[in-house]
Amino acid sequence: MNVMETDIAVIGAGPAGLSAAIQAARSGAKVLLLDENKAPGGQLFKQIHKFFGSKEHHAGVRGFNIGQELLKEVQRLGVTVMLDTVVYGIYEGLALGVVHQDNHYSIKAKRVILATGGQENYMAFPGSALPGVMGAGAAQTMINVHRVLPGNKILMIGSGNVGLIVSYQLMQAGAEVAALVEAMPQIGGYGVHAAKIRRAGVPIHTSHTILRALGEKEVEGAVIARLDQNMRPVAGSERELSVDTICLAVGLNPMTELAWMTGCQFEAVPALGGPIPLHDHNMQTTINGVYVAGDIAGVEEASSAMEEGNLAGIAAAESLGCLRSDEANAQKDIYLNRLMALRTGPFGEKRRLAKEHLLEAMKHASADRVSS
Amino acid sequence: MEANTAKFICRCQEITEEEIYKAIEDGATTIKGIKDRTEATMGLCQGRTCRRLIERMLPASGEPSRERYSCRPPVRTVKIGDLLKDESSKGEFE
Repeated sequence: MNVMETDIAVIGAGPAGLSAAIQAARSGAKVLLLDENKAPGGQLFKQIHKFFGSKEHHAGVRGFNIGQELLKEVQRLGVTVMLDTVVYGIYEGLALGVVHQDNHYSIKAKRVILATGGQENYMAFPGSALPGVMGAGAAQTMINVHRVLPGNKILMIGSGNVGLIVSYQLMQAGAEVAALVEAMPQIGGYGVHAAKIRRAGVPIHTSHTILRALGEKEVEGAVIARLDQNMRPVAGSERELSVDTICLAVGLNPMTELAWMTGCQFEAVPALGGPIPLHDHNMQTTINGVYVAGDIAGVEEASSAMEEGNLAGIAAAESLGCLRSDEANAQKDIYLNRLMALRTGPFGEKRRLAKEHLLEAMKHASADRVSS
Repeated sequence: MEANTAKFICRCQEITEEEIYKAIEDGATTIKGIKDRTEATMGLCQGRTCRRLIERMLPASGEPSRERYSCRPPVRTVKIGDLLKDESSKGEFE
């Protein structure tokens, strides 16, 4: 086993992890950025749409271009990037168990920033194990990264932004989207994305669900039905659709396995995707030296993940003495304000309240101490 | 035909919803309890797909706890051979 040491280990090289690594390295800390994938960037490199918001949030820039900018900065700052690297555990004293290209490493870090992201929710129904049922994110990876069309006729389950954007991108890639199905009485995502779908003539069936997938060896169709006010299928409303692919866009949940292993305290926050590690404004958990940023700290979006990464990177560097507290605070204020700006409007409001609830719970949590 | 009618919760190990509920009836209150009884979450994806569904089927409890989720190393599939390599093995990371 090879033993390595670093000031700050960042786990996950998506928007949050890249931003955290940049901030920490800028302050002079020795930073190691780890990712299980063969390429860095997390989900950024499959986002071919332009981002919203203000200039600070890269509005008008396509996701993959943002990823390239961040990556260039990480390289310029001399961050050590280990790709194709699995962190399989965290042990006492912030020692990471790591496997990289068939070699085993123990990496001792003074600070750990968990930026592991989120994963797609699965939905079980008869036939959901048939080939042709997949996550919408998986379909997006296939078309935008690997340039493979997963199917010709798609049924999309879920009308949040992921469902809407991936439906549109599947059409751009040459597939036909038969319909979107949404359990709630209203469309989940932004109107601007939904409008594109509707203009293309694709129906969005609200208050509907999928009952089962049809097919012997692969998906050949789907049965959908209307839902009553108690979310129960209405008898007689079943309808059969002829599709070869069913995409699930039914939300994401934070990838928290490593956080659980540190022993930090969690709080169940359904609005943010499930149990979330408690954290303060510095993004530090109830375990000293363990930080979270991005979807693991509550499922939001790439823009907020980058700002949380910035905060975690600055705070971790400050705690190591790489930044004076007045310097750090001035910088943190900038990113906190940007985060506030992202959490406004009818969509942001729910997340802002959920995040405030977490911060409040953090205040009451006893801060455990680990020697580091 | 089975793939048409059965409702698989754990796709890797082909564990159905019915089998999970049976395990809960048998007294399982944690993911580990389900795992011990059904082998759900023990397939290639290591529970990344079904863990959340199973968690929601478990009897309600108060705060989320480490025991209920029972996350332990390795959280990703790794080769035992890689973990057992001795000190003299090649590959100091530059």
